[in-house]
Amino acid sequence: MTEREERRFAEVPRESIKLMAESTGVELSEEVATLLAEDVCYRLREATQNSSQFMRHAKRRKLSVEDFNRALRWSNTETVCGYGAQDALPFRPLKEGELFFVEDREINLVELALATNIPKGCAETMVRVHVSYLDGKGNLEPQGTVPTAVQSLSEDLLKYYQQITRAILGEDPHLMKVKSVSHDLDQLNRLLHMVKSLVQNPYLYLGSYVRSLVSSVMYCILEPLAASINPLNDHWTLRDYAALLLSHIFWTHGDLVSGLYHQILLSLQKVLSDPVRPLCSHYGAVVGLHALGWKAVERVLYPHLPAYWANLQAVLDDYSVSNAQVKADGHKVYGAILVAVERLLKMKALSLTLAAEGGCAGLPGTATGAVGFRENSLGLSPPPEPLSEPPLGIASHLQAGGAGCPWEEWTPVSLPAMYCELYSFFGDSLAVRFSTDPPLGGAPPSGSRQPLEGRKEPASGAPNLENTRKMPQLTASMNISPRQDGSPCMEPQPPSLAATVPGRSLARSSSSSSVSRSRSSSSRPGRSTSQSRDIFPKARFPLPQVGPPAFSFIIGGRQMGRRCQGRRFQTSFTPTPPLTTLPPRAYAHKLPVIGRVSKPVRRWTCSHYSLHLPL
Amino acid sequence: MCLWCRIRQKIPKKKKTYYAAHVMTPLLSAPGKKMAAVQDAPMELDAEKETKPEILSDGTSNLSGNTASGTLSSPPLTAGGAPKQEDQQTLIAVLQFLRRNKLTESVEILRREACLEDQEDSQTLDGSGGGKGDGDGGDANSLLSRVSIASAAAPQSTLTPIPVKNDQPDVSVVLSAYSQQGDPSLYQVYYSSLKNFIESVLDCHRAELSQLFYPLFVHMYLELVYNNHENKAKAFFEKFSGDQECYYQDDLRILCGLTKKEHLKGNEALLDFRTSRFVLRISRDSYQLLKRHLQERHNNQIWNIIQEHLYIDIFDGMPRSKSQIDSMSGSFAGETRREVNKAKVFYGLLKEPEIEVPLDDEDDEAENEEGKPKKKKTKKDSMGSKSKKQDPNAPQQNRIPLPELKDSDKLDKIMYMKESTKRIRLGPENLPSICFYSFLNAYQGLTAVDFTDDSSLLAGGFADSTVRVWSATPKKLRKVKSAAELNLIDKESDDVLERIMDEKTASESKNLYGHSGPVYGVSFSPDRNYLLSSSEDGTVRLWSLQTFTCLVGYKGHNYPVWDTHFSPFGYYFVSGGHDRVARLWATDHYQPLRIFAGHLADVTCTRFHPNSNYVVTGSTDRTIRLWDVLNGNCVRFFTGHKGPIHSLAFSPNGKFLASGSTDGRVLLWDIGHGLMIGELKGHTDTIYALKFSRDGEILASGSMDNTVRLWDSMKAFDDMETDDFTAATGHIHLPDNSQELLLGMYHSKSTPVTHLHFTRRNLLLAAGAYNSQ
Repeated sequence: MTEREERRFAEVPRESIKLMAESTGVELSEEVATLLAEDVCYRLREATQNSSQFMRHAKRRKLSVEDFNRALRWSNTETVCGYGAQDALPFRPLKEGELFFVEDREINLVELALATNIPKGCAETMVRVHVSYLDGKGNLEPQGTVPTAVQSLSEDLLKYYQQITRAILGEDPHLMKVKSVSHDLDQLNRLLHMVKSLVQNPYLYLGSYVRSLVSSVMYCILEPLAASINPLNDHWTLRDYAALLLSHIFWTHGDLVSGLYHQILLSLQKVLSDPVRPLCSHYGAVVGLHALGWKAVERVLYPHLPAYWANLQAVLDDYSVSNAQVKADGHKVYGAILVAVERLLKMKALSLTLAAEGGCAGLPGTATGAVGFRENSLGLSPPPEPLSEPPLGIASHLQAGGAGCPWEEWTPVSLPAMYCELYSFFGDSLAVRFSTDPPLGGAPPSGSRQPLEGRKEPASGAPNLENTRKMPQLTASMNISPRQDGSPCMEPQPPSLAATVPGRSLARSSSSSSVSRSRSSSSRPGRSTSQSRDIFPKARFPLPQVGPPAFSFIIGGRQMGRRCQGRRFQTSFTPTPPLTTLPPRAYAHKLPVIGRVSKPVRRWTCSHYSLHLPL
Repeated sequence: MCLWCRIRQKIPKKKKTYYAAHVMTPLLSAPGKKMAAVQDAPMELDAEKETKPEILSDGTSNLSGNTASGTLSSPPLTAGGAPKQEDQQTLIAVLQFLRRNKLTESVEILRREACLEDQEDSQTLDGSGGGKGDGDGGDANSLLSRVSIASAAAPQSTLTPIPVKNDQPDVSVVLSAYSQQGDPSLYQVYYSSLKNFIESVLDCHRAELSQLFYPLFVHMYLELVYNNHENKAKAFFEKFSGDQECYYQDDLRILCGLTKKEHLKGNEALLDFRTSRFVLRISRDSYQLLKRHLQERHNNQIWNIIQEHLYIDIFDGMPRSKSQIDSMSGSFAGETRREVNKAKVFYGLLKEPEIEVPLDDEDDEAENEEGKPKKKKTKKDSMGSKSKKQDPNAPQQNRIPLPELKDSDKLDKIMYMKESTKRIRLGPENLPSICFYSFLNAYQGLTAVDFTDDSSLLAGGFADSTVRVWSATPKKLRKVKSAAELNLIDKESDDVLERIMDEKTASESKNLYGHSGPVYGVSFSPDRNYLLSSSEDGTVRLWSLQTFTCLVGYKGHNYPVWDTHFSPFGYYFVSGGHDRVARLWATDHYQPLRIFAGHLADVTCTRFHPNSNYVVTGSTDRTIRLWDVLNGNCVRFFTGHKGPIHSLAFSPNGKFLASGSTDGRVLLWDIGHGLMIGELKGHTDTIYALKFSRDGEILASGSMDNTVRLWDSMKAFDDMETDDFTAATGHIHLPDNSQELLLGMYHSKSTPVTHLHFTRRNLLLAAGAYNSQ
């Protein structure tokens, strides 16, 4: 038994023995102290061994003070270890030296005695019975069978599952299989929320389930739902939300799903390149790509754009009445692509800037994730707490998701080249949107940057240096834009909204150019859909000073559809936390699903059965 | 002698003070209305005195005159071999000890007994001899047994001659077993030369001879320690402890701390290790090989240890494989000797008393003997079919006197049969439903649970020394009215049983206060009138479920009582505790009827065989013993577990036994052949609950790992090899088929499974305390 062996046990060194002896006034010789120390060590070990027996018989895993005292008592030794407690006693290390001690808080008895909140006594011990497994299977629900995946869940998880299914669906569809749910948007929506709360639940280790969650989310993004035939159904929101969720999953569970990333990119690409697919699927693919970050956009959407553009153009150019519906869808896709591309350009520019600046100083407090994602070397990690930020709308989330891209060196296409090419598709709308947020006033890559701006955007020269303010402003403008959008089923615009939103962006923006732009945009609601349609053919050609017509083409249709749905949904959970100050209340209606859905409260209603069972 | 040892020796004195209380308890605490156990078995009560001779006459035991007030068993393991002279030596030591502790009464008895019949004493394990027969024997008995455990267990089988101080022997004489025999510095050389040898032999022998490592290592280490070669001992330990099998880690941990001679004295477990011979089973070939090697090398040191401290059970035939050896080893005392498990065990079930639904003609059925012709065989319930004929393996109906059936028992039997007809037939395709009884808010710590056979009541023992009883049916628990109120009741009325209950006391649960330490075991009587609880305070208490008061406190263990279990026929119960013995009690006796001694460590769990003729005990020494209630003999000794055993269950037909331990494995045993027949791996933590379904088709195991697992016990039993060869040699090949046998695994999120119970219709009830942390 050498040093190594010795260290397995607690030891009382000789010095301690001497010290203790001195404290009681006994002087010990070195020899005696050594012997005593050894004996003490042995006795301690012995007592510990014995006490473990009490622990085992009490069917516990943790040795308690009580156990040790019992062991001492049964070896007829004074119990010295004080009183036991149910809770584990945390050992605290002392910084100086390797000393550990149990924290012993001082209790102010006076305060305790005079306290008004009298502590409740422990609840009475009771027995509750519940059927855990029927016929060896976990089919608890009387009205049907529980899917197989659920069988393996523990009883409490099973309860959780039941609560969830009851709260969300009222029926018994499989947790993981969205396909068994009908194409009811309402249900899908709830389901997505459930997925979200699952993902957010820090106490739930999803493990391999993440994959199935991702697949169900993908379903929501891409599937040409039956419900989308009816233009009144707001499946766009669903897709947006699903995309947002997807990015969220990748953000929180990146480690679990990292292998899925490329798979998902591939499937999105496939959908995008498949002209047979309806436009809503395309829309989903674009939004999904956007959600996966600008890298994804750059890799998949951008190279695809030339091919895809032809299709889209064909749709948009078709003025026939019968095509109206499809065309409206096309506009949406167009808007989505525009947003995605814009994001891509911005991020690229930003990355260039930052790379040049040494990647440090930029954007201290802007995009919420600016700090977080830089530290994070994970393949794709959206910024931390995208959900805790004031709900600026889906776009802001997308932005957040997009912002969280890795700082990799993968830049096959130079920014100017990309811009030029994209400009050839989008024309001025791109220029306008891009310049709404030029955060790189004096940025080093001005060689490429400045000429661009100078060429396309007269206002670019404006001293628009305040990065911190710019990002929110962008999101605001993105949110505004759908109001002017000419989607066919657009609901009457709440009058307050038009006033408030630009006002806000105005207030938040320090750039005169953007102010004027937002003014002009809000002052041009009269621009009809037909007007905006004209943009498309013209988009090929630079149309510099027409104003900001394309402004209206940003993700459209967000506000349409059944607003109340989202509302209703939220109330079915715990009350929605009041939306914070930034967005006007009207927004809350428009954007019902902004990550504010708290997870269902775990209730234990099931446990209140009587003990009686037909035995 | 260190302080601790001395203190320990004083403990028997305490008993003296208990004694006075003892005698009175059962009488005083019997409730006014009913004399608790007495009414259960009136016959038993007055027959008790005659029972003794009766038992003696038909018992085949080797116990001569001392069955009267507590049979001291004589486990074969430790009994034999000691020359008579040493026993006298031992006796003198014990006498000395008693005298020093002023236990004059016992001294006298012992002296009387010893002088008269020291041959008898040579047979009894406890040395002090159980025969204090008459009169106040009870005290002396329990006392002596305690003595034997605390300190004197050692003397009997020491083999070294005790030379000088014949007139003044001390307990520490035992330790001279390790008198200096060789140069301590050579121990490492000896050991490593043996190690080299064993590693160089043929594979087939290596596995067998490797068994030697552990006992040799321990003995050599202890010898070094004993002879004050502390540093050499440490070096020795350091060098060779790594070679030992992983399942000896716990022991090594204890050994490691033990570096002084003084430590040895206080450590009972190691005392036992030295005094009982470690059993190894080695084939003749391997043994010859070893012998030759040792003789060639003149490695006398090791040879001496082998001779003195090991028992090598040599068998003819093929050497065993490593897996075969591993499956059987792991216990604290080595393997089972072959002859130990040869005794005949009557594992069959007793014939069910035949009960006709109109209760008329069953009076003599209970005592029906084997050959007696049955008159009314024709119209019996179909469910009783298997009990019609006397099972050839069943014991005689009256081998153990059993209480007579009362009317209420018969009613219950009828209920049972009715329920049985509705029983679900379980099987691999038809798994039972599981009901979980979660104990909520059990902050004080749930330590034991039991259900009544009809699943109507549920009892929990708690670490705060309370016992709580719940009704598992809508029927509330009611107390009997007080004596004064009972006087007012019309005793002739038909519903008198209903009238005696006090409606005011109806509640869903009742608390039973009385223990002064955690309650580690609870057990309902089969008639649901009584509840037993065993506690850390050293007592077993009998509670009435009519009055919800304590009737008797059975004192005798004097150390924590880990488990207790009622006989399936009531009246008897068994308890086992930290004092390393299990005791058999009758409810109306304040002293144990039998003391089953032989385990080398705590008896952690106890169970009655379905026919009530046997008791099985599991222990911290990682062995299982089956005891004959009739004569107190150990008739089966099972080794193979690698950790303390915490759960045991008999199959309903009495043929098989399942045991679960801290190593997370369930082992299956064939009682008749005395063989291990299966190993069920899967649990990741201590198995605290085992139960066979009512038909024995399914074995359910519940564990600290929050799972219940169901096993196909039928398949496990069918797969076993029961050919003559296996039975004769005991060499078993365990198929590694745990996964095939596992029928289902069911999780609770945070509730360790403390107890399992199959209702009469084969619904599985599980119980445990929800653990919120």
